[in-house]
Amino acid sequence: MTAPATSAPGASRRSRGGSLINGWAWLALPTVVFLVVFFIAPLILMSIRSVTDPPGAGVANYREFFSSEADVRVLGTTFYIATISTLVCLLVGYPYAYLMTIVSPRVSGLLLIFVLVPFWSSLLVRTFAWEVLLRDTGIVNSLLLSWGLIGAPLTLMRNTLGVILGMSQILLPFMVLPLFTVMRRIDPELTRAAANLGAPPFAAFRRVFLPLSLPGVVAGSLLVFVLALGFYITPTILGSPRETMISRFIADQVQTRLNWGLASAMAVILMALTFLALIAASRVVRLRDVYGSLEDET
Amino acid sequence: MTTVDRLATSGAPALILRGLAKHYRDVVAVDGVDLEVRRGEFLTLLGPSGSGKTTTLRMIAGFTLQTAGTIEIGGVDMSRVPPYRRDVGMVFQNYALFPHMTAAQNVAFPLQMRRLARDEIRRQVAAALELVKLAGHGERYPRQLSGGQQQRVALARAVVFQPRLLLMDEPLGALDKKLREALQLEIMHISRELGATVIYVTHDQEEALVMSDRIAIFRDGRIEQMGSGEDLYDRPISLFVADFIGESNILRGKFERDGAGGWLTREAWRWRVGEAAVERAPLADGSAAALIVRPERLGIAGTEDDAVSGSNQVEATVRDVLYLGSMRKYELRLTDGQAAVVRQPVGGERGWTDGDRVRLSWAVDDAVLVDASEAST
Amino acid sequence: MTESWRRPNRLLLAGLGLLTIFFLIGPSLIVIPMGFSSSKILEFPPPGWSLEWYQKALTDPSWTSGFVNSFQVAVVTAIVSAILGTLAAMGLVRGRFPGKDLVNAVILSPLIVPVIIIAIGMFAIYVRWKITGSLVGLAIAHSALAIPFVVVSVSTSLRTIDRNLELAAQNLGADPIRTFTRITLPLILPGVLAGFLFAFLTSWDEVVVAIFLTTAKFRTLPVEMWEQVRQVVDPTVAAVATIVLAVTTTVLLLAFVVRRQAPVT
Repeated sequence: MTAPATSAPGASRRSRGGSLINGWAWLALPTVVFLVVFFIAPLILMSIRSVTDPPGAGVANYREFFSSEADVRVLGTTFYIATISTLVCLLVGYPYAYLMTIVSPRVSGLLLIFVLVPFWSSLLVRTFAWEVLLRDTGIVNSLLLSWGLIGAPLTLMRNTLGVILGMSQILLPFMVLPLFTVMRRIDPELTRAAANLGAPPFAAFRRVFLPLSLPGVVAGSLLVFVLALGFYITPTILGSPRETMISRFIADQVQTRLNWGLASAMAVILMALTFLALIAASRVVRLRDVYGSLEDET
Repeated sequence: MTTVDRLATSGAPALILRGLAKHYRDVVAVDGVDLEVRRGEFLTLLGPSGSGKTTTLRMIAGFTLQTAGTIEIGGVDMSRVPPYRRDVGMVFQNYALFPHMTAAQNVAFPLQMRRLARDEIRRQVAAALELVKLAGHGERYPRQLSGGQQQRVALARAVVFQPRLLLMDEPLGALDKKLREALQLEIMHISRELGATVIYVTHDQEEALVMSDRIAIFRDGRIEQMGSGEDLYDRPISLFVADFIGESNILRGKFERDGAGGWLTREAWRWRVGEAAVERAPLADGSAAALIVRPERLGIAGTEDDAVSGSNQVEATVRDVLYLGSMRKYELRLTDGQAAVVRQPVGGERGWTDGDRVRLSWAVDDAVLVDASEAST
Repeated sequence: MTESWRRPNRLLLAGLGLLTIFFLIGPSLIVIPMGFSSSKILEFPPPGWSLEWYQKALTDPSWTSGFVNSFQVAVVTAIVSAILGTLAAMGLVRGRFPGKDLVNAVILSPLIVPVIIIAIGMFAIYVRWKITGSLVGLAIAHSALAIPFVVVSVSTSLRTIDRNLELAAQNLGADPIRTFTRITLPLILPGVLAGFLFAFLTSWDEVVVAIFLTTAKFRTLPVEMWEQVRQVVDPTVAAVATIVLAVTTTVLLLAFVVRRQAPVT
């Protein structure tokens, strides 16, 4: 396959100006083919399966899901846990990102490292670390017991608290980075201008910095929320069956009940939710910027 | 600040800086600045970048804490007062307009911070926008305004709360030459109309000459010389000032004292130094010195012509003649290779061309004597 | 700090910042001493010290084969995605074609589709292709996940190149291929290498897709950990976790160093 525009000498001159395709474009082709075959096709086949398994299912799988109270509750739990984790990330991440913008570049780079190293570290290891901390015989409980602060171990995991702690910690980088990306574009002179015009520090923050950082808040929150919707490992290890989120539910359908139709339907629902949230987020911040900053040290 | 406060201190100068200094770790940004600004005065801080003028301005605004010295605004010591209680207006270099607020909201901001009544705010915002000729543009956001319009909004925002001082940090730096010249006049008119005391920072000497009542020339964190534009142009106290303000011819040599006046000698040349010049720069006999003569003060004549009596003179060769419309500018080279420049109004005088040997002359009182020893440059 | 009028707020912020850092890395750091414990169970503080668990981690065949498998899959993934990702980045940054936004979305989509969906979707179809339980199948799956990181890394490098350098090379007589090998490639090499390392990391500790695409015969380290963590936890897991973290941190710091070598333009 060659570009018609570049095959004829006359046309190749045209390709600089008006042609739809230039030679560079073809370099992306192998990658696109690779991803379509090995990544997109499985997703499409799965979407088809949600209406054809069992044969002639139609929307039966979707109806089955929405008519089962227990199944809908999984969706509710997923939303609940994702929302709380997002709020925790925002509460913890906002001051941290703000701190990154006001310190010297060197300190800021160091603070970024503390976000990036966890991001790239194994999610499983980090979840395991929380387990070591939060179990009934874990570090927190054994310390509290040995100091005599409690008489019996506290239940810190196999409940919502454990899931939220672990998920917020793992998702925090996805909140901090969009926030930092937006915040560092806010001209520091604006805060000084506000002070010059008579605004005490908090008023300057509330009237000037906060509104200007909102795009980062929206982008970070949506990103964290979307990723939280799809969490599997952490809620499975740190939660109890009551904290079953949609990912675990899908995995269970496939692994233990072999109910591929229902699993596929739920996967489609989860994907749809994800895309809706991301389309909303992309109006504010480019995804590429967010992931770019995950690889960037400064 | 209530009216009573203002009245109580109305006799004091608008601003007094005493020994103001700023050190960053091993860098001295501002090295002891003393300054007194009258009410209603337009003072420009002029100097090359890194000379400390902007740091000085930011210390007055309270953004940067001085290492030493005091700042008194309207007779009140403001050295340790946070910026939001200094009541000082500032126009920032890039305007620092709040991008999420309209022009009117930007201008209203300082009034809201001072908790004025709503109607009062609306009235004053309208008046301020009127003043900068932006009535009717209040609902636009900064990004919808041109550079010049943004500049006016910044100005309106800085004056709307009637601050005791108006600070401007290279406010016209981002604009093109034509717009800059128009806005220079406008800023002057507005500040005069409001009776505002203005501290203006620029590195553009022409802008400084046009706008200011007085100019403070900054160099390495200190004020090298302060005075009216005329003072600085006609009576620079150093090579640095002479070089920074306008064009100048610098004739270096050795100073010889002779009564109240003296001579400057260089190779075969010997120039008379006027008594007034020596009085201003009482250099020791035999020290390295320089005479500064402005290009338009130099006469130009043929070598065969009679030299103007009572004048100093030097021989030179014409290298380039630049026609500037109302003026003609001659670039010359002295016999010892040093460059010189002469400006003459285009008129009936004889024109010179490249390669002509000429004689430059100047009246004794048109030259300024300055120290040219190693330490002073 | 110069802006003393803001100091009180900044002290508070700095305090919060320290707490956040502790929240981010504290738990992972606590795992490290646990692996050196002399106790048979995970208890804190360890009653004594021993290398028993490391010895077990490095000799027990299920752990060692997991280690070897993970490493092999990660290396193959890194190579495949570095090549495909670099090509895609050049196509996206330099190319002009209709539907570029869509192609861009396709290439970045592995970052955002919930990983469980990717895992079961791939499992269903890879089973039919008979590439589950093999290095090839898992490396293909991981490459799909890692390509976006290479694309982002290389695009950043490509965008910072001054196009005039390439025009200058052509003006000096270099044909397009030599222009690429002599000018473009050296300039984007730091981005490609960093992308290679990020791809390695993506595969190295990936667990969800690996759970579905591996079998008892072919298991990676994270899958082995996953199986163990859900059963009895002895300090061997802490030792393995420490090794995993050490490899991750080393590769990550290496990636940052490589990125720093990017020519300044």
